[in-house]
Amino acid sequence: MVKYLEEFRDPAVAKSLIKNIKDISTKDVRFMEVCGTHTMSIFRSGMRSVLPQNIGLISGPGCPVCVTSQGEIDAYVETARLSNVIATTFGDLIRVPGASSSLQNVRSEGGDVRIVYSAFDSLEIAKNNPDKEVVFFGVGFETTAPTIAATILFAKEKGLKNFSVISSHKIVPPALETIVATPGLKVDGFLLPGHVSLVIGENAYKPFFEEYNIPCVISGFEPVDILKGVHLLVDMIEKGKPELVNAYGRAVTPGGNPKAREAIDQVFRIEDTVWRGLGTLKMSGLKIRDEFSNFDAEKKLGIKVLDTPEPKGCGCGEILTGLKIPPECALYKKACTPSKPIGPCMVSSEGTCAAYYKYHED
Amino acid sequence: MEDKITLDHGSGGKMSHELMENVVLPYFANPMLDKLDDGAIFSLQGMRIAFTTDSYTVDPIFFPGGDIGALAVNGTVNDICMCGASPLMMSAALIIEEGFPMDDLKRILESMKESAIVAGVKIVTGDTKVVPHGAADKIFINTSGIGTIPHHIDVSGSNAKPGDKVIVSGTIADHGITILAGREGISLKSDIKSDTAALNYLVKRLFSRSRDVHTLRDPTRGGVGTSLNEIAQKSNVGIRIYEDKLPVKDEVKGACEILGLDPMYIANEGKLIAVVAAKDAEKVLNGLREDKLGVDAEIIGEVVEDNQGKVFMETAIGGTRIVDMLHGEQLPRIC
Repeated sequence: MVKYLEEFRDPAVAKSLIKNIKDISTKDVRFMEVCGTHTMSIFRSGMRSVLPQNIGLISGPGCPVCVTSQGEIDAYVETARLSNVIATTFGDLIRVPGASSSLQNVRSEGGDVRIVYSAFDSLEIAKNNPDKEVVFFGVGFETTAPTIAATILFAKEKGLKNFSVISSHKIVPPALETIVATPGLKVDGFLLPGHVSLVIGENAYKPFFEEYNIPCVISGFEPVDILKGVHLLVDMIEKGKPELVNAYGRAVTPGGNPKAREAIDQVFRIEDTVWRGLGTLKMSGLKIRDEFSNFDAEKKLGIKVLDTPEPKGCGCGEILTGLKIPPECALYKKACTPSKPIGPCMVSSEGTCAAYYKYHED
Repeated sequence: MEDKITLDHGSGGKMSHELMENVVLPYFANPMLDKLDDGAIFSLQGMRIAFTTDSYTVDPIFFPGGDIGALAVNGTVNDICMCGASPLMMSAALIIEEGFPMDDLKRILESMKESAIVAGVKIVTGDTKVVPHGAADKIFINTSGIGTIPHHIDVSGSNAKPGDKVIVSGTIADHGITILAGREGISLKSDIKSDTAALNYLVKRLFSRSRDVHTLRDPTRGGVGTSLNEIAQKSNVGIRIYEDKLPVKDEVKGACEILGLDPMYIANEGKLIAVVAAKDAEKVLNGLREDKLGVDAEIIGEVVEDNQGKVFMETAIGGTRIVDMLHGEQLPRIC
């Protein structure tokens, strides 16, 4: 698998793409990479230092932790504090501060908070601890939602009674519309997320593309993938011909992954949900259907996800929509650092603020 | 600073340093401690002595390639070596949780014995405590060690000079990924093994090739990225490294991809970083490669005058980026 990756990191291919981009690019443009994994790859490869100055890359709302609302974080903290609960979570979440505490602090106070790498690990923990309620905090997009759905289906089939999920999953296309509709924001093209597209397929973006007619490239995550995406976007703009292109053909099909979509449909229903910094987006959240309410921690434990305001001054919302870059946030590097983050964009390794901080991009 | 200790304070990154400098050091400050090298170096009746201590709390206690006992001996041997010293004697203190299986204890002691024989050190004093169930996790080990430093050797984190080359003795991140893969709940099937090993013979080989070895570090907790930052800061120099020169095993690269981790910050237990005068770099590299612990050694970068206190990476695609010190624990990402 790694050998396979090497060709998408091939310095010679990368360098020739960079040259091609420089050769054809004349206009000042800003592209948004929607996915946090793109942001990581761009920073780690030092890509911003090799692209011409007139091409700006801004990070979008595709870091799962970053778009998790304050109310959702508070609900996780409240759950983790319950004495009969083992709270299980993906790693990035544990440092995000809620109104009163973070999962990390709950853990240091003696709460049972465990980092897992897959929701199936939570099922194992549930099997081994029959006297405890094992709750998984389901955060992420169309990428993680199918596995969480599969976990719930599996738990139901096995009759597991002590496993439940708080579902905070979100779906990407509504966020794209929000960004395009944001006043004062100029995005000339989108690098669409490869992993999400693997599930939803190229066709899922068609309505968005047809409505807004803005250049869109579905891109993989290796430096060569991203450079290829940037090259395609620049080419479309220079020629004045916006298109929706799937440049991640080795993984993404027009229809996506039907099995994964089926699992999502079976377990979740779509409803309005709050995104951090973006507010309530219509039909953008995945909540557990009533027939699986035994696995819905909100119902089972009476946990309420409130619409809590974000900390004063936190610019995560403007950063997620590309209106601001991190150094333009009043809290960045002053009150908000990776050691003492205020907003999730500083916490997650895929967060824009954390990337700026780590790679000193200011 | 927070009012409670969190795991980030133990990560080896920035928060560990802040804890050390803001909370611990003020109580004990003295010139030897303030250097914050891998051990203290002092003279005693005409001899230069290196003295070091370390505690081992690894979970799981048995893992592919080693166990907590081997780590406890090799780790302290290596800390002594990184002072330029030859290790002589060690202490070992065991803190054991009530209910711990006797067979496991014997297995750990056997492993400590073997590691000590291989490294040529003697365990000459020790202590054993048993604590109630839950008061410790299975077994913790503390070891201290002393060694003597030959007069012509002077290595320190603050000795790196512009022009020097930076050498790493082999593939990075093997130990940390092995431990992650061995933890409950992570089903990474792989053949990755911990690299735990005593480095004293490798260090001897290094000094036999050059009298201009300026800095030695074993990049344990916090990884190569953290150690290089420490060197850059202490020596007040910049360090430039080349992404395509970093030796990383394919399996380790793959695991890092999946978990979203950077091998630059993952622990090693049998590797060293040497900062060596440029004229000797090739000689040292070839010397290291003759040893089975150094076959994958590479010159990964150089010390530069500008960008003092910072580490830069020239990336494979020709870009430049900073390699900062990690803040806290590296956390696996979501998707």
